[in-house]
Amino acid sequence: MKTISIEPHFQAWRNAARALLAEQCHPSDVLWSAKNDEGDGLLFADELPVLPPDAPRLKVPKTFVRLAETVAAHRSGKQWALLYQILWEMSCGNDRRILSNQTDSRLRTLERMRATVSRDIHKMRAFVRFREVKTEQSDKENFVAWFEPDHLIVRINTPFFRKRFAGMNWSILTPDECVHWDGSRITYTDGVEKSVAPDSDELEELWLGYYRSIFNPARLKIKMMQTEMPKKYWKNLPEAEIIEELITGSGEQVQAMMHEQERPLKPVPRNAYLAKLNEMDAIDEPDTESD
Amino acid sequence: MNTLEKLEILADAAKYDASCASSGGARKDSTAGKGVGSTGGAGICHSYAPDGRCISLLKVLLTNVCLYDCHYCINRRSSNVQRARFTPEEVVELTLSFYKRNYIEGLFLSSGIVRSADYTMELVIRVAKLLREKHHFRGYIHLKTIPEASPELIAEAGKYADRLSINVELPKQESLKKLAPEKNVHRTREAMSTINARITETIADRKELRKRKSKAKKPTFATGQSTQMIVGADGSYDSDFLARAGDLYGNFKLRRVYYSAFSPIPEPSVILPLKSPPLVREHRLYQADWLMRFYHYGVDELTSAESPNLDLDIDPKLSWALRNRHTFPIDVNRSPLEMLYRIPGLGVRNAKRIVRLRRHHAVTLEDLIKLRVNLKKTMPFMICTNHHPARLELSSSELRAKFAPPPTQLEMDFTAQPVTTTVEKNMVKQAGVEALHGEF
Repeated sequence: MKTISIEPHFQAWRNAARALLAEQCHPSDVLWSAKNDEGDGLLFADELPVLPPDAPRLKVPKTFVRLAETVAAHRSGKQWALLYQILWEMSCGNDRRILSNQTDSRLRTLERMRATVSRDIHKMRAFVRFREVKTEQSDKENFVAWFEPDHLIVRINTPFFRKRFAGMNWSILTPDECVHWDGSRITYTDGVEKSVAPDSDELEELWLGYYRSIFNPARLKIKMMQTEMPKKYWKNLPEAEIIEELITGSGEQVQAMMHEQERPLKPVPRNAYLAKLNEMDAIDEPDTESD
Repeated sequence: MNTLEKLEILADAAKYDASCASSGGARKDSTAGKGVGSTGGAGICHSYAPDGRCISLLKVLLTNVCLYDCHYCINRRSSNVQRARFTPEEVVELTLSFYKRNYIEGLFLSSGIVRSADYTMELVIRVAKLLREKHHFRGYIHLKTIPEASPELIAEAGKYADRLSINVELPKQESLKKLAPEKNVHRTREAMSTINARITETIADRKELRKRKSKAKKPTFATGQSTQMIVGADGSYDSDFLARAGDLYGNFKLRRVYYSAFSPIPEPSVILPLKSPPLVREHRLYQADWLMRFYHYGVDELTSAESPNLDLDIDPKLSWALRNRHTFPIDVNRSPLEMLYRIPGLGVRNAKRIVRLRRHHAVTLEDLIKLRVNLKKTMPFMICTNHHPARLELSSSELRAKFAPPPTQLEMDFTAQPVTTTVEKNMVKQAGVEALHGEF
């Protein structure tokens, strides 16, 4: 039995897995653990096998690489052993079709992990809220956001934010690690606490005003909102502070509308364009249903 | 009036348009430019309001002053709503500030009709042009188009926008004549046809340039158009809505037809009294629309001459199955994919999975459980290795009773009791299906 301890990212797992495979190390003989901050897992770890230079090149389907890259971000650490089992089946077990076997329980677990991580990636793109930080020296605008991802997805999401916000300086701070863009370069620093992040932005008054006005009180669907925007995100969303107020006030708003006096028609104003529309109607009339 | 006050009026004026899509734009980003923005992937919903609708774009009107008198609309000229007007520069500024804080994917700009169609269209275009050319904005832009605007202006709008839309509002001309006298189905279809031709042409031109490896600047045009119909304002049947949707999908390749339940407005018209919004009906129309687009159902399969409205109690797929019992049970191990699409409770994704799976081994009930198929719903309609329902074990009416909710839970009625949690749970369960994966 080998205990393999790796950094919790895809590259580290791939290097270890290739070396283990070169030694024909069976999945049941490997115990995977990812290094974390406290350094345990290291304690009893075996030395990582070295990939012999003449090891044959290992070819796996692209879909597997993509799956592995995504589930690598899962915080549980349970993905490493499962990935190695599948890799083993494909290479040593010679079952190259395993990936299309939708009911293989290990693949199902990995697929579920992928869905969870993908959702987290997506929700980070949606719910990061930048706040402007005024500095004197820079001619560019500076923005800082605080976000608490469920999984280790900061690096996966970096290209997205870099491409989208190339024209401004920004940082996204998280408890795991922080990413910064200065207009030319991405850098990473250690995770921080929320108190480091700015706690307001003057634009938020407008954003809340917009959120209040775009809400239609006549179609309250609170659960629907919560399925897509679960409460765990609310603490970092400025607009969430008025949700309660909007819900409470909605019934009254609707009642007021329903009891409103119906408005009489106003006369057609004198306008050349409206007159032209009238003429066009007369022409269109004969074949309005030409389809 | 300050920016906040204007924003409140002009966002309120825009909220009855259900369109929220921000996906399907051409791939572009700010890497090389001076500005911000990216599109091309799946759209992102940046927030949700308590009405369950996503907030993905800054959805505003340039002005809510309007010459038209559409009786379902808060902004019609006979309404006494407070009027406001943004300058194009103000909208540009708001869009950029919201975008940089990651509140939105882009802008959805519409406007009341002022002076004339062309004059209004020019103002709307000015916003998009400023965003794209002066501020190098690469985010999503959806522009509402006026069918009567000149083709040159529609072409220019398409140059800056990712999506154009014209709302048909009501499926039939006679309803428009009564409720939106300035609007016209015929002219709307003409304009949609022009836009569709432009979209197709641009795709072909770009392809040609790519093929020749030409360095010439590729033409840009919106990648899609959509529309909206208001449900429950006129006497149209569901079959009218679906026929119009089928017409627009088929003839002009629309990306989406949105259905918006006619919802109370603070300025009711004497021609159109307020009612509670028919949310269940709206939901059934979305489901039927989904069946047309992804499950290959024909328009005329969804309703019939005897019952031109969709069944409110059960979804349209189950409803079709109960009307066509002779087609069932369908053997998931032998039938072609298109037949699997007809099994109630089996979605597109799982149907495809089953087809892949059955190359490995015969599909069993256990497999379906692992795929998380809704067995309660599918079992009476399908055959697999260890399941074979007797052909007409349960009659259609018995099956219907099994799946239909108690009839009292149907519509939200503002005049009666306040909304109960059971009703809401029901709605969410149904709406969630549509919003999350569209499988039912």
